[in-house]
Amino acid sequence: MQKIVSNVKQPSSNESSEREPHIVTRAGAIAESPAARSRTPRLRDVIRNRELRRDQFQLQSMVFPALVILFVFSYLPMWGVLIAFQDFSIFDGFWQSEWVGFKHFAAFFTARDFGQIMRNTLVISFLKLFLGFPAPIILALILTEMRRQSLKRIAQTITYLPHFLSWVIVSGFVLTLLSVRDGSVNLLLTGIGVIDEPVAWLSQPRYFWGILVTANIWKDVGFGSIIYLAAIAGINPELYEAASVDGAGRLQKIFIITLPSIAPQIIVLLILRISNILNAGFQDILLLTNNGQNAILREVSDVIDTYVFRVGLTNRRFSYATAAGLSKSIVNIAMLWGANALSRRISETSLW
Amino acid sequence: MVDVRRRVTRSAEDVVVDVVIYTVMALICFSMLYPFWNSVVLSFNDGSDAIAGGITFWPRQFSLENYAYVFRDPRLARAYGVTIFRTLLGTPLTIIVTSTFAFGLTKRNLIGRRYYMWAAVFTLYFGGGLIPFFLVVRGLGLLDTIWVYLFVIGGSAALLNVFHMIIFRSFFMSIPQSLEDSARIDGAGYYTIFYRIIVPVSTPVFATLTLFNAVNHWNAWFDGAIFITRSNLVPLQTLLRQILNSNAVDELMGELGGTAAEELARSAITTQTLSMATMVFATVPILLVYPFLQRFFVHGLLIGSLKE
Repeated sequence: MQKIVSNVKQPSSNESSEREPHIVTRAGAIAESPAARSRTPRLRDVIRNRELRRDQFQLQSMVFPALVILFVFSYLPMWGVLIAFQDFSIFDGFWQSEWVGFKHFAAFFTARDFGQIMRNTLVISFLKLFLGFPAPIILALILTEMRRQSLKRIAQTITYLPHFLSWVIVSGFVLTLLSVRDGSVNLLLTGIGVIDEPVAWLSQPRYFWGILVTANIWKDVGFGSIIYLAAIAGINPELYEAASVDGAGRLQKIFIITLPSIAPQIIVLLILRISNILNAGFQDILLLTNNGQNAILREVSDVIDTYVFRVGLTNRRFSYATAAGLSKSIVNIAMLWGANALSRRISETSLW
Repeated sequence: MVDVRRRVTRSAEDVVVDVVIYTVMALICFSMLYPFWNSVVLSFNDGSDAIAGGITFWPRQFSLENYAYVFRDPRLARAYGVTIFRTLLGTPLTIIVTSTFAFGLTKRNLIGRRYYMWAAVFTLYFGGGLIPFFLVVRGLGLLDTIWVYLFVIGGSAALLNVFHMIIFRSFFMSIPQSLEDSARIDGAGYYTIFYRIIVPVSTPVFATLTLFNAVNHWNAWFDGAIFITRSNLVPLQTLLRQILNSNAVDELMGELGGTAAEELARSAITTQTLSMATMVFATVPILLVYPFLQRFFVHGLLIGSLKE
């Protein structure tokens, strides 16, 4: 798991770590031993040698479907961001639409909602970062400290489960628990006397951020802890034994051994998280605000992604929405690059 | 290690830490399970009775009416069919495209390998965004067809999952080359090697990623909301969202004291209990496959820790 995880998170380092030298070989030499075959053949040799041609054809045919999918569903849309610089009309199509330069970007940055959207995006994102990022780490520490293996396994089963539910179901739970008439939260809080009257939690802007972040933590805290558990499992047990001999208590051991040992994983995940700072959430917000149609909550719930969705697909302002989305992607890339550079400087841990 | 610790007399700190940890964990687990339980309870409760509120751990007026209604509802049967279709057909297709791509990328004699890998990984960091993606799907003529579910999941491509490709790839790279070499000497081509050698020794990763993809298909709702306007092609989760939303609207109407609320109160089934029943109905398959899912990824976790 750890191997897998580290590969997922560091795709580029993975690629550059292939140290095989490029040896120029003659076709005859390649065809002889299987070991020699595993060097990248030259195109000229492949054309001449029948066996190499068959191998190459088979390999290329295996990657071909994926390359088509990549091209159609990832690279065509990437090229499609150019409509942000057009007055794109669905009837005229891409080639006939008029080029307008940065008009839509200017319109987005000066839009009446711009300040509000940016504030919501940043606030929600930072709340998710400050509360949502440490939560799986804390859970992993708690799970590690559970010495009864049977109980630990049960706790893991229960906490991982919500990750596999759709956001639709989770939003259904939220709506049910927070319902004014019969929601359990209102029952509990009136029961213990915290509030006198049931509160309409989802119709008041000031509660929205809290609800959103709580739902997010509830859903993903368990699954997020797996990566840290794997890292903790990899710590050399002798470290703990040595610390015990020196008289360290359990809490001390967490702070002087466990946390420093998993710091690299924490930093890598933090970099990825920071680079996504403008991705404040999408599905969760849409589902808790009735597809963004909840006008009361919009002042606190409208983030860049939901704005792009509403303006683009509901109001059909394709170019404008694409400009807004592209601005976000560019900031994200810059943040990723910056966070990575910073991390390399201060801790020698980086993505590439 | 555990045994060594047990023999040592437990310090006061030890006991305190244990008490805190088990208490906190019990609370966490309760908060994880309660929403499920509450929904199940509500789904088995009489609708007009539920409106009175106060139902938490046990149904007050037990009723199977909600489920009887859910099972009769033709919309739901259809939506279930759409979801089963996309899960059963879309999952294997994704696995095939993703795993063969990953396999090809582990072979050094694949010409263009570095570029392909780079092209795939780049999409993890940058994308065209929702609107251009929508326009591409529209341009392909996939809007309002059931086939859209095979190509699209949520708001992105379905057939190739780059994260899963990387997982497949690193797993394939850990397979000893000697397994393959002997087959190569016998003249086996790459199709044969993949199908006869790589796939059989990679069952855990295939099983895990198949289940993950199946869950993704089962849970997808956004595609059904933006690429589909015909109600007979809507998948389960999208339909569920519509029902939940109408429930929210009803609640709002109830606050306003409209006649709709009174009307609802008279019937034994309400949109609320009904949506609870639908929710349970949509969650049960996930709960059924979950033990398998968990066994696999916890297994992977153990392998990871043993390696150290």
